[in-house]
Amino acid sequence: MIGLAHYLLIGAVLFGLGLFGLLTKRNLIALLMSIELMLNSVNINLVAFSRFTAIDAASGQVFSLFIIAVAAAEVAVGLALAYAIHRGRSTVSVDEIDWLKW
Amino acid sequence: MWVDFSLTHAWLIPLLPALAFVVISFLLLRSPWLASRLAILAMASSFVLAVGAGYAVLTRGITVEAPFVMKTVWLSIPGLKVDMGVLIDPIAATLLFVVTLITLLVLIYSTGYMAGDPGYCRFFAFISLFAASMLGLVIATNFLQMFIFWELVGLCSYLLIGFYFFKISAREAGKKAFMTTRIGDFGLLLGILLLQITFRTLDFAELGVKVPAYVAEYGAETMTFIAILLFIGPVAKSGQFPLHVWLPDAMEGPTPVSALIHAATMVAAGVYLIARAYFIFSTTPEAMMVIAVVGGFTALFAATIALVQNDIKRILAYSTLSQLGYMVMAMGIGAMTAGMFHLMTHAFFKALLFLAAGSVIHAMANEQDIWKMGRLKDKMPVTTWTFVIGALALAGIPPLSGFWSKDEILLGAFASGHMGLYLLGTLVAFLTAFYMFRLIFVAYFGSNKGGEHAHESPLVMTVPLVILAVLAVVAGFVGSPLMDYAFAHYVTYPGAVHHDPNIMVMVISALVAIAGIILAWAIYQKELISHLALREKFQGIYTLLYNKYYIDEIYHWLGQRFIDGTARVLFWFDIYVVNGLVNGIAALTGGAGKVLRYTETGQVQTYAGYMLVGVIVIVGLVLIAGFAMLI
Repeated sequence: MIGLAHYLLIGAVLFGLGLFGLLTKRNLIALLMSIELMLNSVNINLVAFSRFTAIDAASGQVFSLFIIAVAAAEVAVGLALAYAIHRGRSTVSVDEIDWLKW
Repeated sequence: MWVDFSLTHAWLIPLLPALAFVVISFLLLRSPWLASRLAILAMASSFVLAVGAGYAVLTRGITVEAPFVMKTVWLSIPGLKVDMGVLIDPIAATLLFVVTLITLLVLIYSTGYMAGDPGYCRFFAFISLFAASMLGLVIATNFLQMFIFWELVGLCSYLLIGFYFFKISAREAGKKAFMTTRIGDFGLLLGILLLQITFRTLDFAELGVKVPAYVAEYGAETMTFIAILLFIGPVAKSGQFPLHVWLPDAMEGPTPVSALIHAATMVAAGVYLIARAYFIFSTTPEAMMVIAVVGGFTALFAATIALVQNDIKRILAYSTLSQLGYMVMAMGIGAMTAGMFHLMTHAFFKALLFLAAGSVIHAMANEQDIWKMGRLKDKMPVTTWTFVIGALALAGIPPLSGFWSKDEILLGAFASGHMGLYLLGTLVAFLTAFYMFRLIFVAYFGSNKGGEHAHESPLVMTVPLVILAVLAVVAGFVGSPLMDYAFAHYVTYPGAVHHDPNIMVMVISALVAIAGIILAWAIYQKELISHLALREKFQGIYTLLYNKYYIDEIYHWLGQRFIDGTARVLFWFDIYVVNGLVNGIAALTGGAGKVLRYTETGQVQTYAGYMLVGVIVIVGLVLIAGFAMLI
C-alpha cells in the first residue's frame, strides 16, 4: 500500500537532488533546472498532504498550480538573464560571474 | 509724609541707581556731563530716601525683632517659593544710610578725580550698578534675593577693579577678585541650599522662627555645619584669611573704587550677611568660635603686613583687612552691635583715607610709593589734615569715631571672657596706630622732596573729604556713652547683652594707640631709631612681612601642583580612556567589517550555501525548542 510516507520520501529525494545540483553545478542553465526540481518536490509534498490529510479541501492542489505558474515565470526571467549575461560576457558559468564581491 | 513715603517706597533706593546705570550705559556713554550728573542725582535721591527710611525706623518703632517687610512672590514652583521684597530694620537702615552717603560722596569726588578719563561715563554707570547691587543686598528679605545681589556685587567689583582693562595687572586683579570670591560664594550657596533642604524656606523671618525651634529639638550639629558654610561667603567677600588675597590687589582699580569697595559696597556685604543671619550663627557656639578666631587672626595677620608695605594704597588695603577682622571677630564673640558700629565708623574713615590717598596720587601723577612723597602737608593742606583725621580715627584716638567702635569690640571681647582675643585686639590697635602714622610721617611730613610739585586737588574732591572727616570725628558719638549708646539700642538682636563701659579697657586702648603714634614719630619723623637699621636687624621678619607671608606664592605653588596636576591626570584620562573608548569602538566595528567582508564572495552558490546552513540552524532550533516543550 502506497501511503503519505512514500510520496514524502520521493519529494525529499527530489529536493536533495535539486539542492545538490544547485550547489555543485557551474552552468547557470543547470542551476535553473535544479531549482525546477526543488520546486516540483515541493509540489509533490503539497499534493500528497492535500490527498492524505485534508481530503475535502483542495487548497494543496491550488497552491501547486500557483507554484507551477510562478516557476514558469521564474524560468522565463532566469533564461532571459542567462541570455543577457552570455551576450555580455560570453559565459554562463556561475564561478566566473563573481563581480559583486568585496 | 516724606518719612512714610521713604519707608513704603524703599524699593526705590536700589532701583534709582540701577535705572541710572541702564540710562547711562544705553544713552549717555558719549555725554560725560549728563552721565555724572544723572548718577549723582539718582544716588542723592536714594540717599534722601535712605535717610527717610532710617528716620522711620527711629520713629515708627521698627526693631530687629519687628522689621518692616514688604514682599511679593517672585518664583513659585512646588517645594520652592521665593519672594522678592524689602526688609527694613535698624541694621538695614544703618547700612542703607552708610552706603548711599559714601557712594554719593565718592561720585561727587569722582567727577574731579576721573576728569578726562576715556572711561568716564562707563565708570559712573558701573558705580551706580555697584551701589544698586549693594543696596538690593541690604534690603533683601530672603537668602536667595540676597545671593542674587551678592553675585551682582561680585560682578561689579570685577568690572571696576579691572576698569583699566588695558593694564595687565588690573585685568589680573579683577580676575583674582572674581575667582577668590567665587570660592566663598560656593560655600555660601551650599549653605543656602542646605537651609532650603532643612527648613523648606529661605525667608529671614520664617527662618528666624524655625532655626531656634530646630536647634532646641535636634541639637546644633547641623546648624554648625550650615553656619560654617554660610560663613565661607563672608570670608571671601570681607577678605578674611585665607581668602583675603584679592583685596590688596583690588587697588588696581581707580582710587574712588577702592574707597567704595573698602568702605561701603563690597566688603561690608560679608559682615552684613553675618549680622543679617545672626539668628543662625548665634545658635551654634562652635561656629561663633570659628568666626571669632578667623576674624581675630585676620586682624593681626593683616596689621603685621601693613607695617612694612610702601605703597600708600596697599597699606590702606591691609588696614581694611585688619579692621574687617575686628568686625568679624566682634560678630564671633557675640558683639554684633559692636561689629555693625565699627562697620559704620570704619566706612566713614576708610572712605576718607582712600579718597585722600586718591587726592595725593592724583596730585603726584600716579605715584603711590610713600618714600617718593614727602612734605605734602605744605602743598596739600586739606588732603593732609583730613587724612590725619582719618588716621586718628582709624588708630582709635578718643574722641574720634574709631575709638568708640573699637572700644565696643574690645569691651565685648573683654567682658565676655575672650581674654586672648581681647589682648590680640589691643595689640592690633597698637600696630594700627603705628603703621598709619608711619605712612603719615613719611608721606606727608617726611623730609623727602617728592611732594615738591604736588598741588591741592579741586573743590569737588576736597569737599567730600571734609564731609567725611567731619563724619569720621562725630559718627562715633551715636554709640558712645555720651549719647547713652543710642546705636546699641537700635542695632541689636534679641537676647543681646550690652556690657557696661569699662574705663580700664578704654584707657588701655587709647594708650596703646598713642604709644603706636609716638613710636612711629620716633622712628620715621625724628629718626631717633633708624628704620633702616631696624630693617637690617630683623631682615628675616621684614622680608616675610614685605612679601605678605608669601601667601600669594603659596597659592600659586598650590595652584601649579594641584590644579595643573589634576589637569594632567584629567588630560591623560581624556586621551587614553575617553578617546580610547570612542576610538576602540570605531576600530572594533571597522576591524569586524574588514574580516567579515571576505564572506561576500560574489559566488551565487556560496550564498545558497549560507542559506542552507541558516535553514538547518533554524530548523534545528525549532526542533530543540519542540523537544524542550515536550520534556
